[in-house]
Amino acid sequence: MTDPLFWHRLQFGFTVTFHYLFPQLTMGLALLALLFKIRALRKDDQEAAAAARFWLRVLGINFAIGVATGVPLEFQFGTNWSRFSAFSGGVIGQTLAMEGVFAFFLESTFLGLVIYGEKKLGPRAHLAAVAALFAGAWISGYFIIVTNAFMQYPIGHSLEDGKLQIADFGAFVLSPWAMWEYLHNMSASVVTASFVVAGVAAFWTLEGRAREAAASLRMGVVAGLVSCALQLFPTGDRQGKMLAEHQPVALAAMEGVFRAEKFAPLAIIGQPDVAGQRLENPVYLPGMLSFLAYGSFGTTVRGLSDFPSDQWPDQIELLYYAYHVMVGLGSLFILLMLAAAFRLWRGTLARSRGLLWSLMLAIPFPYVANTAGWLVAELGRQPWLVYGVLRTADGTSPRVSAGDVAFTTLGFAGFYALLAILFLFLVGREIAHGPRT
Amino acid sequence: MIEFWYGALSAMLTTYVVLDGFDFGAGALNLFLARDDRERREILAAIGPVWDGNEVWLIAGGGTLFFAFPRAYAAGFSGFYLPLMLVLWLLGLRGIAIELRSHLESPLWRAFWDAGLCGASALMALVLGVALGNVLRGSPLDASGSFLAPWFTHFRPHGATGVLDWYTLLVGAFALCALCAHGALFIAWRNDGAVRERALRAARVLWPVVAAAGLLVIAATTAVRPEIYRGLSSRPWAWPLALLALLGLCAALALRGRDLLAFLGSSAFLAGTLLATAAGLFPLLLPSTVDPAYHVTAQNAAAGEHGLRIGLVWWAMGMTLAVSYTAYVFRTLRGKAHAGEH
Repeated sequence: MTDPLFWHRLQFGFTVTFHYLFPQLTMGLALLALLFKIRALRKDDQEAAAAARFWLRVLGINFAIGVATGVPLEFQFGTNWSRFSAFSGGVIGQTLAMEGVFAFFLESTFLGLVIYGEKKLGPRAHLAAVAALFAGAWISGYFIIVTNAFMQYPIGHSLEDGKLQIADFGAFVLSPWAMWEYLHNMSASVVTASFVVAGVAAFWTLEGRAREAAASLRMGVVAGLVSCALQLFPTGDRQGKMLAEHQPVALAAMEGVFRAEKFAPLAIIGQPDVAGQRLENPVYLPGMLSFLAYGSFGTTVRGLSDFPSDQWPDQIELLYYAYHVMVGLGSLFILLMLAAAFRLWRGTLARSRGLLWSLMLAIPFPYVANTAGWLVAELGRQPWLVYGVLRTADGTSPRVSAGDVAFTTLGFAGFYALLAILFLFLVGREIAHGPRT
Repeated sequence: MIEFWYGALSAMLTTYVVLDGFDFGAGALNLFLARDDRERREILAAIGPVWDGNEVWLIAGGGTLFFAFPRAYAAGFSGFYLPLMLVLWLLGLRGIAIELRSHLESPLWRAFWDAGLCGASALMALVLGVALGNVLRGSPLDASGSFLAPWFTHFRPHGATGVLDWYTLLVGAFALCALCAHGALFIAWRNDGAVRERALRAARVLWPVVAAAGLLVIAATTAVRPEIYRGLSSRPWAWPLALLALLGLCAALALRGRDLLAFLGSSAFLAGTLLATAAGLFPLLLPSTVDPAYHVTAQNAAAGEHGLRIGLVWWAMGMTLAVSYTAYVFRTLRGKAHAGEH
């Protein structure tokens, strides 16, 4: 409790996790709203137009909370992590400033027009405004991911006078790590939006409002199936292979591998016993880990004991569970969306009460999976802030005390609890009201 | 290169104050200028579609500070840890008050958010002034290149300073008056009927106060940070900025019935004042009140030359785009704002 590092990590972890509940829906929903708008315009489909209008209203509320919780993050690099900022600002400051300059202006300027200007603009210009909002949201995601990718896999930099500077800008912004991390993250945001859209539509259908729900149900299930599949392959698969190559110690911790193994098995279930350096109660798929990580069953997967313990992630259990929760949920999502898509294709989804209930109750789980995925990325990066270059413990603000950060963390917790209640209350009202025009 | 980024940063933060400044002014005055729900919604219809884009100038300016002068960003932001957390909460409250207020018909719900908007906006206006006062006066930076500013110490602007002292509070009071006066002229331009009449009456009272408070701030700054005036007098290229501020003030004071011009005058006053101050302050970013040797300057805080040169390319592109969207939105929203739009 008196260690400032703990509080700085908790504060940043909490505020960024809570914040990311909102952008993941904004980014995915911006794409789905754009698809609704295109369909409405091309096929003169009034139901799609009503669905677009409804989901853009939800997006507006969601965006407002996203802004209120996102602004702190831009400040917290400096307030909580001043040594990290001074050390690496010459590199990661670039992408953070670019996000403001290229994405936030676009996003926030056009959101006002999207929400308030449909009548003033007419259908084509309004579609263009939605497209601009979508572009802003997805560009913003890219610059944040490049920043994170640099922390995971530093590239394109040099060390001058004890500070990181840009050496190769192209390598930095087009980092191969960023490419796959971005695709994985963006398809995950479409998963969240698809589950919300499909789940809310399932709720309306179960309430006997199938006509209002039809357009959203179809879009949610189709987009859900596509994005869930992309989540596994190729994006998740390629992320895993990059991890095996560049952060093998994180991979070992995620998978609960303590000793190097040929034909390494994949643990589906089990609890890591870090002190005893073993996995308890494991249920294994033989050889699968070697295959998934390196593309052949015979490859040796290194275990934690192959690395000095000062390189180990410091939250091995949490990392292991987060990773298994992410992968487990991702697999269940594919099964659920496959079943729903099959019924949709047969035209019987609106009558399949069990499946509709499952879709409705599934709404929170993509949020859980996304959060778990980011926990994997960020805990796997430990004990480094910039992988192999700067340790997390060396990045904090030296003058800010544990008590100050504890105090403001509680403040954030209270403020954000209020925001969560407001969000659920207002979106709940919108959902009860539905897409009727 | 360093001069360019110092100028770009000053220009972005100045744009932020001019644009979000009228949101704060309008938000702070909304309880006084609007008497019923319809009138409140008229004011909100004027700031509702633009506040978010305006706030981005702060984010983009903060990002530019981070990448161009990492050491200043790190020292300043960690040094003002608690005050900045307050800023974050106020900005959050302001944003959701505007966005969530009209979602429910209930008069209690709306009264709550109207009061929240008024309080958060007024405090933000004050805080922006206190922040400027802190930058001008300096911070207790020591040999480690960092500091942690207490809320207040002995209320004097020398030595072991706190965030609040008579000087920073004076600048804060000036900012509160100036941004309210600026917001009043914005409302007068964007609204009509009774709201516009009341806004004009408020502007008539506020602008003379702004002029008087401005003179006090100039006098106090001569004592607290004389380098600014030495810098200004040795840089003739910056004199037009001071002239711009003066002309803007005259326009805001004198123009009656020409709402857009009066508002542009008040924008010119704020922009000219801030840019002239920055021009005089260069190369200081965060002066130290402990020892001039510990000043954080544009030279000793700048990122590497190569990165700054690359930044030039995307910054110029991005700013051109951003200015064109902003102009496009203001053009689309031209004409008086009406209650039905929020």
